[in-house]
Formats: sequence, C-alpha cells, structure tokens
Amino acid sequence: MKTDELAKEGKTKSTKTLTGAQAVVQTIIDEGSNLIFGYPGGAIMPVYDALYDVEDQLEHVLTRHEQGAVHAAQGFARATGEVGVCLATSGPGATNLITGIADAQIDSTPLVCITGQVHSHLLGTDAFQETDVIGISMPVTKWNYQVTKAEEIPMAIAKAFYIARTGKPGPVLVDITKDAQFETLEYKHEPFRGMRSYQPKSELNLDDVQKAAQLINGAKKPFVLFGQGVILSKAEQEFKAFIEKAGIPTAWTILGLSALDSNHYLNVGMLGMHGNYAPNKMTNECDVLIAVGMRFDDRVTGDLSRYAKQAKVIHLEIDPAEVDKNVKTEVAVLGDAKESLGALTQLINKKDHKEWLLEFRKMEQEEMETVVNEELHPSVDTLSMGEVIHAINKVTDGKAIVVTDVGQHQMVACRYAKFQQSKSMITSGGLGTMGFCLPAAIGAKMGRPDKEVIAVIGDGGFQMTIQELGTIFQSKTPVKIVVLNNEFLGMVRQWQELFFDKRYASTTMINPDFQTIVKGYGIATKKVEKREDLSKAVSEMLSYEGAYFLEVKVGKENNVFPMIPTGASVSEIRLK
Amino acid sequence: MKKRYTISVFTEDQVGLLNRVTIIFTRRKINIESIAASDSEVEKVHRYTIVITETEDTVKKVVLQLEKQVEIIKAIYHEDDAIVFQEIALYKVPTDILFAGKEAEKIVRSHYARVLSVESNFTVIEKTGHKEETQALFNDLKPYGILEFVRSGRIAITKPMKTLTSIVEELENEIKHN
Repeated sequence: MKTDELAKEGKTKSTKTLTGAQAVVQTIIDEGSNLIFGYPGGAIMPVYDALYDVEDQLEHVLTRHEQGAVHAAQGFARATGEVGVCLATSGPGATNLITGIADAQIDSTPLVCITGQVHSHLLGTDAFQETDVIGISMPVTKWNYQVTKAEEIPMAIAKAFYIARTGKPGPVLVDITKDAQFETLEYKHEPFRGMRSYQPKSELNLDDVQKAAQLINGAKKPFVLFGQGVILSKAEQEFKAFIEKAGIPTAWTILGLSALDSNHYLNVGMLGMHGNYAPNKMTNECDVLIAVGMRFDDRVTGDLSRYAKQAKVIHLEIDPAEVDKNVKTEVAVLGDAKESLGALTQLINKKDHKEWLLEFRKMEQEEMETVVNEELHPSVDTLSMGEVIHAINKVTDGKAIVVTDVGQHQMVACRYAKFQQSKSMITSGGLGTMGFCLPAAIGAKMGRPDKEVIAVIGDGGFQMTIQELGTIFQSKTPVKIVVLNNEFLGMVRQWQELFFDKRYASTTMINPDFQTIVKGYGIATKKVEKREDLSKAVSEMLSYEGAYFLEVKVGKENNVFPMIPTGASVSEIRLK
Repeated sequence: MKKRYTISVFTEDQVGLLNRVTIIFTRRKINIESIAASDSEVEKVHRYTIVITETEDTVKKVVLQLEKQVEIIKAIYHEDDAIVFQEIALYKVPTDILFAGKEAEKIVRSHYARVLSVESNFTVIEKTGHKEETQALFNDLKPYGILEFVRSGRIAITKPMKTLTSIVEELENEIKHN
C-alpha cells in the first residue's frame, strides 16, 4: 500500500492496527516490562486474550488473589528498581488491589495497575462488577485515569509509566472500559515526555547546597539520617562518598536499610520505635542533623515537640511537600538525592568525627549487653527471633534479599539482618501491611532470580496471604519462607503486655499445622523447635534448589526491645 | 492562630480533579467553607477558589500537597488583603413586602442591591459583595420573610502582578528543555 493510501485510512507506515486490548499489552512491552502479575475476570478478558499471543515477550504470573498480584508487583519493583505492573478485573478485582496500592503510595513504589471496567455505556448504572475504582483509588494513587476509547490507550499507559517512575515514584492506576479494549486503533508507541503541571524534580539550588555545606563544615556533632530516597535515586555511591568525606555517623530508616553496607564503619544502625539505642539517643544530642531522602515518619521521630530541637536540620528531599511537614528545617535542598549529594560532597571538608563516633559505639555496647546478646544468644531454652535471623546471616553473608511482613519479626529482621547490597530489604514500612511478605517475596524473586530471596513472616501475616503458596507451586518460584511462629499476634500482644495490663484480647492464634498445608502445595518443609537443629535447617533451606518452608517455633511472649513508647521522645528509648 | 485564607488552585481541565483537590482537605478534616470552579484566562486551565479557616502552617502544607498532585499546575494561598474578592447572593422574597409600606424597598436601596425578577407572588433580589455585606442584607430582609436564599462561593483575583500565563509558559518551557 502506498503512503497516501495508508494516510487515507488514517494509517502511516509506522502504525499498526490493534485492538485496545492488544495496545494495552503492546504498550507495556514497549515501556520495557516483560513480567506482570494479575488475576483475570470478565471486564479484563480481552487483555488476557491479547496476552495469550505474546507470552514469550510478556510473562504473566497468575496469583491467587489480586492483593497477591499487587504485592508481588511491589516486591518486583523494590528488588529491581523498575516499575511493577499488575492487572485485575473490575469491581472486586479492582478493590482487592487497593491495600497494595496504598502501601505503594506511602512507600513510594513505582507501580502501574491496570483494571478492567464495565462497558462505557454502563458506567454509573451499578452494572455487574462495576465499582468506581477511580474514586476509590484517588486518595492512594499518584495519578489515575479512566480510558473509555481505544485511541487513548497507548498514551494513557505510557503516561502512567512515566508518572510512576519519575520524581518521587508511586502507584498509578489506569481503568479501561471493556468496549475500549475491543475497539481498534492505529498503534504507535510514543514515550511520554512530560506535562506542564508535573515537575518530577526541582532544579538544584546551589545556594542551598552552599548553606548546607557551611553548616556541615562547622558542625561538631553532625549526624546523618537516610531513607529510601538514596535507593530510589540510585545514589548509593554518592551517599557513601558523602558520609565518608564528612566522616559523619549515619543511621537509617527501615526503608533505607541496605543502601549502606551493614558493616560500614559509619553505619550506626536503625532509627525509630524499635531501632538502635545510640542513633535514637543521639538524635537529641547532635548539633547538625542531615536527613537524606527520608520523611520524618512518626515511627522514626516519636514526639515531634521533643525531636532534635537542639539541632540545625538539613533536609535533602525530592518532594517539596515533605519539607517542613514534620520537622522544621534550617536548610532544605530540594532535588534528586543523586545530584544533591554529588554537589554537596564537593563543598564539604574532609573530616572525621572520631570521638563523636566513639560515643555512638559506647552506647551500642550498652545495647549489646542489655538487649542484643540475649536476643542473638539466648540464655533460655526457647528460640528467639533474633537468633533465627543471626543464623540466616551466617549463611547468606548479607548477600540475600530479605522480605518481611509486619510486626515483631519485621522489627527483629530489620535490626539484625545484615546487608552488603542495596535493594536487599523489602518491607512494608509506611502502611504496615500484614500479608505483604509472601507475595512480595515472589515478585522479588522473579525480578532478581540471581539472588536468594528469603521471606521472613510471622504466623499471623503468613495466614493473611497464605493462598500465594499456590502461586509458588504453579510458577515454581524458589523463594525461601521462614515463618517465625509464636502463636500470637506478637506485636499487638507486646503492646497489650506493656500498655493494656496484659489483657490479650484476640491476639492468641490457634494455628493449623502449617507443615501439612505447605506439603499440600508440594513445597519442601521443615519445622524447628530446638536450638541444636536451627543452623542445620537454615543451611539445608538455603542449599535447597526449590522453594522451601522453614517454620521456627519461637518464644511465645518475647518482646522486641529497645522501644520508644508512643508519645515518648527518641531520647526516652527504653532498653527493657 | 486560625485565620481565613483563600486558596487558588490552577489545574488541567480533567474529569475527577475536583475530587483530588477536596481529598487533600478532607483527609485533614478541614472544612471547605466555599469553593468556586471556573475557567481561567489561559485555555484549558481550570481554577478553583477555595476558602478555609486554618493556621498558616497548615495552609502551607495543604498548598504543597495540592501542588504535588500531578495535574495541578499551581496552588497559591492568600490572606484577604492580598486579593480582590467577591461573592453573589440571591434572595427570594414575597413581592407583597415591596408594596406593603416602603421599608423593604428602602432596605434594598440602602444595600445597593438589584431586583432581578418580579413575579406576582415573589421577587428575586441580587446582592454582590463580601460575605458580611450579603449577610447584612439577609439580616435586614429576614423580618419580612425570606422564601429562599443562596450565596455563591468566593471568587478572587490576586493583587500580585505575576500572571498565570507567564507561570504556564515557564512550566511549558521546562518540558521542552527536558
């Protein structure tokens, strides 16, 4: 066909005629994804039909619940640094995504969620499996959009990827009516290049960088806090260069964990409610507090009115809405952490703060003696969560990806797991979503098949998305699952013990035999109840080729310490 | 200290954006006292004028969270002295009251209100002004019986001279440079 004949039909040489559904799939491929997670249903069937033809280019993982699909996409995104993609049908399919979307929003995880929707002529009529997913997801998405015409699909999805991955990343949702999936369009992939109402990052203001450098150069007791911004900006090297030149003790939020080697000489540990003793105490002792890519979450700060009041605060942050939101800054450096840190490092003097660092190490010793030694080498017969993590460390040498659920085991894993490589800790931080771990671990393993992926879960959270064992079975994903079973909803029980007179309302778990359940899914299992069996079982799990389930019975009423009680100041952190 | 602030929000012309705007307020349990939506002088740029009573600290945070929304171009907050603003109110009263003695007519005159429509059984009066002024007319007419009353949201023009056109141009240039 000649060009003018093509033009007559609205085609050009570079376009091809596709259905809306085919365009959905093609745009995902053209945006660079080759793996998606999802669950089919009526309103998304045309897209599934289109997927059937491109299985070699775009693998689809069938989870056992849409929540599993979205958490798996999150795990994939967090492990790879790429956009996670998930697919669901209208109505209940779409609403089942919401928890994962909210989790991704608060933890800045780039996701593209695509939902099917009823025919456009049925919108607003309470049609079968109709739900206003645009309205429902609006508070928890970075952006969302409803497509009712096939021709909108390529640009809507390209825009979705652009918004999800740029600036402060986040989840986006594109809702596509079934008729738009059936219609045809002339397809051509064009990457989205930006929009006037959305500036992903601010241009670096060198005056602010200069002011920050001056404060740092003049500081006697500087202290660096970092969060996931370091990972999201791929600024690990720049960050390390910065702290090493400045010689500043450095602590992390649980979302920032793994961006800096656990054994780095300036790494002084974990911030927040169950973080380490020294970094919490020293927050209220330092003279200059440098926060990099973190947002001063209340679990990190404790009582804000008594948080770092003595310090001048420097905040390196990509999101202007985070500056001065919780903690008043002296200098805010807006922009991408990679650029900001690069510029800042040039302007700071080479220093070391040996004596100041030594103060951290002294406090660390105190924590060792009061908390850590007993947790890692208990004097009692019952196993502790910490010693399980310790046993895992010994085999993995900090090279595995650790995924956690939410609760006591999460805090213990964050406190004691060791990391040598970035993007190795995947946890639900902001939203605290129980049930996150198992599906997120599946996604992480699929994104990084070269890495060992260990899911550390409590007996409560395990049962919230236990159905994803089916996904592991079908997809033969070799994740290692460690359930730390204390037959309690441990974190809530700990609070009941400390703040509710030991009134254990609805926190006792009478659990089924997990071994039998897991065996039903054809997954190798082992249960450990005695200390002498632990190391061997961990080694066996990690040398096993396929998926493996290790259940460890741990002390029923163990508590996680240190702890900053709600409403207390970081300096009031309790060792016991 | 809480004060009255007027927030101007300039957005892309997109279905559902009003919902995104109001969520920012409702999630903090801030009452929107009035809201007006309209076009602006720039094509395909929509504007919302929102009035709330809050502390400046909260207003600042809200404005940043508004601007963070992907399809919001700009959000600005002002105290009353930085804007020229107006509201409109309509009053439906029995037509009788304008005949039965001259008092009601005097009230309408003294408030510089306009009569929009006279029907045999009711009359519609229009008054533009600040809320205090439209409220004063309401209070004065009340003894004569008000059948229906409605007041619009505040609309406001800002005093600073930086134009929306120049803001939009700057933002569009940034995309070209990317």
